[in-house]
Amino acid sequence: MSDFVYFFTFQDASIAFVVIGITLLGIGSAYVGTYSFLDKKALLGDAISHAVLPGICLGFMLAGEKNPIYIVTGAFLSGALATFLTSWLKSNTRLSDDAIIASILSIFFGFGVVLLTVIQKSGNPEMAGLNQFIFGNAIAILEEDLYIYGGLAILIIITLTAFRKEFSMLVFNADFGKSIGYPMGAIRLVFNVLMILAVVIGIQAIGVVLMAALLIAPGAAARFWTDKLGKLLLISGAFSAISGIIGTYVSFVIPQMPTGPWVVVCLSLFAFASFLFAPKKGVLSRYIARRYYLKKTHQDHLLKLIFHGLESGKKTFSIEEIYQSFPYKKGETKHTIDDLIKSDLLTQNQGLIDFTPKGKSEAKRIVRLHRLWELYLNEYMNIAPDHVHDSAEKLEHILTPELEALLESRLNYPKLDPHQEAIPRDNDEL
Amino acid sequence: MSFDQNAFLIIFTASLISISCGLLGVFMMLRKMSMTGDAISHAVLPGIVIGFFVSGSQRGLEVIIGAGILGILATLIINWLKNKAKVQLDASIGITFTLLFAIGIILINMLAYKVDLDQECVLYGEIAYLPIDLWITDAGFSMGPRITYLAVLNLLLVAAFIFLLYKELTLTSFDENFGLVIGLPAGAINLALMSMVSYTTVSSFEAVGAILVVALLVVPPATAFLWTKKLTSLIKLTCGLGIFIAIAGYYMAYLVDSSIAGMMVAVGGVVFLGSALFKSIKPNSIFGTSTSIKPLEN
Repeated sequence: MSDFVYFFTFQDASIAFVVIGITLLGIGSAYVGTYSFLDKKALLGDAISHAVLPGICLGFMLAGEKNPIYIVTGAFLSGALATFLTSWLKSNTRLSDDAIIASILSIFFGFGVVLLTVIQKSGNPEMAGLNQFIFGNAIAILEEDLYIYGGLAILIIITLTAFRKEFSMLVFNADFGKSIGYPMGAIRLVFNVLMILAVVIGIQAIGVVLMAALLIAPGAAARFWTDKLGKLLLISGAFSAISGIIGTYVSFVIPQMPTGPWVVVCLSLFAFASFLFAPKKGVLSRYIARRYYLKKTHQDHLLKLIFHGLESGKKTFSIEEIYQSFPYKKGETKHTIDDLIKSDLLTQNQGLIDFTPKGKSEAKRIVRLHRLWELYLNEYMNIAPDHVHDSAEKLEHILTPELEALLESRLNYPKLDPHQEAIPRDNDEL
Repeated sequence: MSFDQNAFLIIFTASLISISCGLLGVFMMLRKMSMTGDAISHAVLPGIVIGFFVSGSQRGLEVIIGAGILGILATLIINWLKNKAKVQLDASIGITFTLLFAIGIILINMLAYKVDLDQECVLYGEIAYLPIDLWITDAGFSMGPRITYLAVLNLLLVAAFIFLLYKELTLTSFDENFGLVIGLPAGAINLALMSMVSYTTVSSFEAVGAILVVALLVVPPATAFLWTKKLTSLIKLTCGLGIFIAIAGYYMAYLVDSSIAGMMVAVGGVVFLGSALFKSIKPNSIFGTSTSIKPLEN
């Protein structure tokens, strides 16, 4: 507990620095990642993050120590080469996207491993620091490194904010941008540069293998909460920053624990929670909405069935008859009847089912909507009377009272539908 | 530069591993699932660690079972995210494998004092130690390097799998819907392929490391794909490339004194990029008969 207080009160200036750094880079990579997620190029980030490894090693070999400028430059150049090769292979060979990305990713990583083992065997004492680039350790970031990483993160955030219009055009409709005269090629180039920069600054804290998560997960999770780009960026930035801080805290408390994995676990928890529980788009709320809709349609069908019976002159309806009209659905039908009785639409008397006044007007409403829609399709869309039933069968459940009024006035309060059946109104005697 | 018994054993084992990976990789590539292979090879890590912890040694069957379960689990999570949660495919792959890999790394760190497994070994393996890692029977009789046996067994199983299910694999790779219509259980075949990939990943991770397995799964088939359009020659070419990569990789690594597995991938990469460069030079740019038509001007 004292660790917790010590960490979050920022008594130690270096902790404050690290937290600021990881927040900035989390937000930066979440911003870039959200755009690339919307562009459906999420895995390119994965390829780039593996591909920076040879650059890091070369930078290390040239500098002979962990010099951040050499390492960042090396990482940037090899990331850029990988990005270039990916798009070159895409336009010049018939390989599929995923094969290209997986090949580039593993080839660059293989080169990286070769260089890494060469460095290992050279016996350079600075070598120990290099492993941090694979799994990441935020606590071990030095203050002067932090200025570089933080500065680059701020640069990314500012560029993305300043040119938001251009970048949204790039991911949503690049052809439109081109047709109204924007230099889409240049914008794509700038975007790729930003993406590589985001990977480069993240690797020391998160590590090359897991950096992809920081680019992909925040955007994917935030997408479940909103449809607006502005909110999307804010939410993904927040997810990423919170996870970054938690990951840093864990590797502060347990020193040998790398930061990257904890950040990723946190982010994935946010992501899976969003997938499951987000309102409207989450798995759970879509399941509930579907269940509700199915229940509603079954109720509507049952009311319609009884109404059709009344129309054809039948007077009494036994429960058994209703069960037989919905074969293989006895349990569900029984449940629906109970629900309808509870909501005062039907009454049950010695095994016989009848409408309450409220139920009758509800049944009339459904049949009316069905027949109005059939008539509308027939008159306005010129669809033959024998082709209109299926569409009406769906729309009778979802037409709103406003649409009903509109249909009535458009069709001039009709009496008959295309099949010469009466369109029932509330004050009809049936 | 020498060719002795150790060199032969290493090259032989490496060839076996790259052929097994290549055979499966061909079908993964045709199904446009190369990145799923990548995801699986990352995702088996927690299974390996747990299996290690349970059995107490890397020889345990538990390791293979653990990794197999995790590989299938990864495939199921990816499918669930894509179909049920409606996350786009690339993002579901990215989220699934990073999560599982992260859990694996955390487990390694938590159990660091209890299991003899380090991050580096899992990541890039060390095939160079193969000749001294012997399989010794209870009677104390040395049977030769243990990993070679694993590689032989792996190749036999992969070859048998592909031989037995060749028709089904081919059909579902090229036209899944047709396969479904004529009554092939496409989902089950897919899962079987994924389990073979996870098994191959585990059986090879000690030698070449989990991440470089991806390279062997993807790069030889992709290279072969640039040269041929027939499935049978694609498979043959992939196997040939696997053997070439093993031989060239070994001697290159010997020359610069580096990781053999890494060098194998590097050699594969050079062959791949060279092929792509060679194949992308279109006849037009050599013979240059057609010129682009200029738009009309007024």
